[in-house]
Amino acid sequence: MPGLRVVLAEDAVLLREGLVGLLERFGHKVVAAVGDAEALLSAAATHRPDIVVADVRMPPDYSDEGVRAALKLRETQPDLAILILSQYVEQTYAAELLDAGHGSGVGYLLKDRIGDVREFVDALENVADGRTVIDPDVVRQLLNRHRTPLARLTPREHEVLGLIAEGRSNAAIARRLVVTEAAVSKHIASILTKLDLPPAEDDHRRVLAVLAYLRS
Amino acid sequence: MPVAGAVGLALFIALGLPVAGLERMKLRLVDNSRAVVNRRPPSGTGPRARWISRLRDPSVWRDYGFAMLAFTGLWMIDFGVIALAGWLPLMLISAPIQPDMHVLLGLPVALVGFLLLPVAAYPVTAWAGARAMITRPVLAPLEAEIIRSRARLVDAYESERRRIERDLHDGAQQRLVTLTMRLGLARLDLPPDSPAASQVEQALREAQAALAELRELVRGVHQQVLTDRGLPAAVRDLAGRSPIPVDVNFALPGRLPDQIEVTSYYVVSEALTNIAKHSGATRCRIDGSLKGDAFMLSVRDDGRGGADPSAGSGLAGLADRLSVIDGTITLTSPNGGPTHLLVEIPCPAFA
Repeated sequence: MPGLRVVLAEDAVLLREGLVGLLERFGHKVVAAVGDAEALLSAAATHRPDIVVADVRMPPDYSDEGVRAALKLRETQPDLAILILSQYVEQTYAAELLDAGHGSGVGYLLKDRIGDVREFVDALENVADGRTVIDPDVVRQLLNRHRTPLARLTPREHEVLGLIAEGRSNAAIARRLVVTEAAVSKHIASILTKLDLPPAEDDHRRVLAVLAYLRS
Repeated sequence: MPVAGAVGLALFIALGLPVAGLERMKLRLVDNSRAVVNRRPPSGTGPRARWISRLRDPSVWRDYGFAMLAFTGLWMIDFGVIALAGWLPLMLISAPIQPDMHVLLGLPVALVGFLLLPVAAYPVTAWAGARAMITRPVLAPLEAEIIRSRARLVDAYESERRRIERDLHDGAQQRLVTLTMRLGLARLDLPPDSPAASQVEQALREAQAALAELRELVRGVHQQVLTDRGLPAAVRDLAGRSPIPVDVNFALPGRLPDQIEVTSYYVVSEALTNIAKHSGATRCRIDGSLKGDAFMLSVRDDGRGGADPSAGSGLAGLADRLSVIDGTITLTSPNGGPTHLLVEIPCPAFA
């Protein structure tokens, strides 16, 4: 899915330029690259991009401007896809982002993931496509919270659940675990039953159901 | 008579300071914290300068004030309490040897007297506690300036931690992210099976590992979520990282003052670390709420108990931090469990 129009907000100049180069290499177009939240809001309003990629912490206060700007953007443009990058990830911010626009077209990743360039660009394209991508680090926190019912899952099912929550499709999970897609479907059916979740055909709805369960 | 008065005065002047000193040593027996007094250093050398600085030192006058109280009134109360507490049991014990008492009847009465002896300890202890409460502020006052400077020190320490976190975030962490990105891009340009590709791949993993380690370190220095979203959110995130399932319940009308949030966060962080390391617990519960004008924070687990606050510096350090904001910490941990840690911090802002 090349040719996405991207607005990028990152205050560290070297990283910002590097990201522009990286995205353009994969055929996407960075229509604006800015360094603070105010500029992000106005660039997103002017350029109407397909996706906004933003750092959490930016001038002037260096706290959580990126998240707040993203939430504000979602209010006015509910279909705008948003990928938030951060030096650390916490379930608190993940919850706020997922609540904005029912969690569709939202991504929240550690900046470390940029190094795995292909996976990073995949994640970005998935978010632009309306999917949800949550960093494995947050998923681990969420899995920690619900240990009692999750204890009923087999280790393999546990692994599959983690991958679902990260927003991966059946095919991607099958590739990752080196099993057939049919085996993955069977695991998923078993997980949904054990957690009392309604069966969902669509990959993405399933991700949202699992995330909703983990956050409850 | 004037001679007796002069001798009394001389005795008072000579014995006043030693009596106050002895009392300070006794205070230690009651509340187990050292009572110290800081005398002013003499303004010059020689006995004259020493005498003048002594006379100008308020702590010397306070000691004499106490000595006056001790000589005139306190000793009588001391004596009275001991006499009253000891009189009844001793009377009963002596029953068998009382002149008009039959020995056989006297023995059970004496037994009752022996049983009453430990009871007598209560009024004596209560008086010792009350006495310490009166004498400590006079003999070893905690100077207001010391409390203020401790608070300033904690503030400075906290803002220094924030500065370090900012520096790492904008410096080392940002550079490492840029480095991993460049390595990732370089790997794309190399033939997948070449030796160079595997070198770059390794370098990339190393850089990512460094980033992860640095992130853990930064989290320990300063927790940004705490500043941005407050105590309940930060504690929930902390709980999410705990290897033991933690239930978190907060009932607060709004953000607590900074110092209370930061101190409470350290308490929870330390408690969860200890629970994970030593308790063998399978569940843990954290509650935070306002009760009157105090913030109450409680951490319980279902572990094996027997936690020793004097082992390790963690809890002692927390108690020191808490004392700056007038908070207290109570640990109940019988052998066999459960363990309950309760922190109470005055919080007049919401009262």
